[in-house]
Amino acid sequence: MKHRTVLRTSTVAAVAALTAASLVACSGGTGDGGGESDVLRITLANHVWTDIMKEKLSEFEEETGLTVELTQLGEDQLSDQYNVKLNAGTDEIDVMMYRPLQEGKLFAQNGYLADLTANVEDAGDWDWSDFQSGPVEATTYDGTVVGVPLITESEVLYYRTDLLEAAGLEVPQTLDELEAAAKAISEANPGVAGFVARTGRSAAVTQFSSYLFSFGGDFLDGTESAIDTSAALEAYEYYGGLLNAYGPENVSTDMSWPEAAAIFAQGQAAFYTDASSLYQNLALEENSTVYDKLGYAPFPEGPAGSKPYSIPSWALGINATSPNQENAWKFIEWATSFDSVLAVQEQGVPGARTSVWDDPAGTASFPPALAEAIAINAENGVGYDRPLVVNVAEAREIVGEPIVVGITGGDVEDAVEQAQEKFTAFLEDENQ
Amino acid sequence: MSVVARRESDVWARYSHWVNKHRRWVFAAPAMIFIALLLIFPLVWTLYLSLTNSRGSVRAPFDFVGLSNYADVLTDTERFWPAVGRTAYFTGGALLFEVVLGIAIALLLWKPFRGERWVRVAILLPLVATPVAVGMMWRLIFEPNIGFANELLSWVGIPAQPWLSSPDTALSTLIFVDVWQWTPMVTLIVLAGLTALPEEPDEAARVDGANWWQRLWYVTLPLLAPTIVAAVILRGIDALKTFDILYATKGKGGGSFHEVETLNIYAYGLSFDYNRYGQASTVLILFFMMIIGLIWIMSLRRKALNK
Repeated sequence: MKHRTVLRTSTVAAVAALTAASLVACSGGTGDGGGESDVLRITLANHVWTDIMKEKLSEFEEETGLTVELTQLGEDQLSDQYNVKLNAGTDEIDVMMYRPLQEGKLFAQNGYLADLTANVEDAGDWDWSDFQSGPVEATTYDGTVVGVPLITESEVLYYRTDLLEAAGLEVPQTLDELEAAAKAISEANPGVAGFVARTGRSAAVTQFSSYLFSFGGDFLDGTESAIDTSAALEAYEYYGGLLNAYGPENVSTDMSWPEAAAIFAQGQAAFYTDASSLYQNLALEENSTVYDKLGYAPFPEGPAGSKPYSIPSWALGINATSPNQENAWKFIEWATSFDSVLAVQEQGVPGARTSVWDDPAGTASFPPALAEAIAINAENGVGYDRPLVVNVAEAREIVGEPIVVGITGGDVEDAVEQAQEKFTAFLEDENQ
Repeated sequence: MSVVARRESDVWARYSHWVNKHRRWVFAAPAMIFIALLLIFPLVWTLYLSLTNSRGSVRAPFDFVGLSNYADVLTDTERFWPAVGRTAYFTGGALLFEVVLGIAIALLLWKPFRGERWVRVAILLPLVATPVAVGMMWRLIFEPNIGFANELLSWVGIPAQPWLSSPDTALSTLIFVDVWQWTPMVTLIVLAGLTALPEEPDEAARVDGANWWQRLWYVTLPLLAPTIVAAVILRGIDALKTFDILYATKGKGGGSFHEVETLNIYAYGLSFDYNRYGQASTVLILFFMMIIGLIWIMSLRRKALNK
């Protein structure tokens, strides 16, 4: 027995030594320990914007003499990474790409985001006042600016021109017309869904918000839950009912935008509502079988008019504990300058600068109908698409439950009642 | 020799004598200190967090709340207990199929046959695949509208199944994926045990006129019992902790109805999505206690078998 103990101990020691070695390796590579460093570490999300900016990074490096170390992650991994690293007070992230509506409040409350108020006000020609007011509101916390809006989006209606024509229908202008058109087309074309949209409990919440607002409802009334109003109930019943009745045949309740967009891009659905920023997944020949039969329209009108969300989906902020504040600001200033925003928008990623939208070159790359839909949405838009609370992830799961109950054909009224109870408790707990 | 020198050598001799006497501990000390840092500290810290209302940020101020988290979690019939149930269902189901199939395949591979090398390689393939990639692959296969699984069924005239997308079938489908991936591990362990078995008992049974079934049931399996228990313990702990295939196929929260939310997925969601570190720690400590309890019971069984 004795030799076995020794053997086991030595194995453990070997493993421990290896672990230690890797820990040391991980913690190496910081600049000069405090103070500004020539190496700027930026963390960006997987996004078309990032792909375009990566091409241009060398320009920034030449201009400033800095070296950029880029970490690129998917949406979920990105928030997990921030959660772990910022919680531990890391100084290894300088610039961070974040979602103002999802994490903005939590990060600002935790003190993770540096105060940029002085930077944006003293930036002169860069012109902070050029940024659209809705997005700016979303990156401002308690009167201090904590981020610079990067990408904007609103909910548009994607549709199939050929199916609409074959059915002899006009483009739906109201939600009632949308329902009638989805019904007519799905009945006339077996195997084609009349309507597709996100179905995942949490993923669907943001796209459902436009329906909620257009029915005259909202997630919150001040600090109280408003999801049990009759308007909200109607919206829940409409969205879930539309997918239940005219959605894909084996509709799953796990779909976020990649799955929903794929169904539309494969020619299996007539209507699809989702973010304007996703249009390239449907409009480019290499991504889509219906690229040449694709139409765009502003969000249809409900009883309260057309009230789509119109939001900044991503922004750039600076890690409050970064020793590299000045260089980090240089990067943000460069990445959100008129030229950069124009270059990105020319490739089809909508930005947040008014002057770029006013410049004909800024909208030249968009399909004209889409540019028009985005402009109309921006006029009618609501500046948020999810409950504005600190713990957004949990709130989304609560308010998303009646959506999936509706999609699967369950009792929506009962689900709303339960969600109301949970959401009220959640808000009481959060506003203590 | 000066007095000082003698005293020095004296000290040295005493020291080396002490080290010789306790060499087993002294040489292992660095490793033990390391283990303490790497295992015990996180565990104690988690235990401490589970007694607080830490949330939002680990660095945010939090209060000591005693056992109230435990009271909340243990009375939570909406998320916690169903998660315990799913963990038990998933682990039990996967383990049952993996052990039975694993033993069967090992018995098939036991006796030499032509082309056995190729068969062995083919059987071990799922084992070397990355679980997240495996999850993604099966997610595509089981896609209800365009997936290969329903295509296959349509050839033989069976209607399309929802597989992963329905709350009723998602967890069972994932048990199937887990069985696909991990049965080879059980096969490997059992095969190693089989090749080490003495041949005499089997021969003696044969001489006494026992048929194949009898020899398997009364001779081979009892002799294999310790190996099988070892395989069950190893695989059981792993299956309990399964995270990757669940997360890769159903994402956060285990699906829209939490249909595959096991304890691990739940604890992950509590800390990474909800930022409720106190409650997440509570769930993890309870989970840890369950695992320790199970291992203890299993190793008692194993000791009894070894006697």
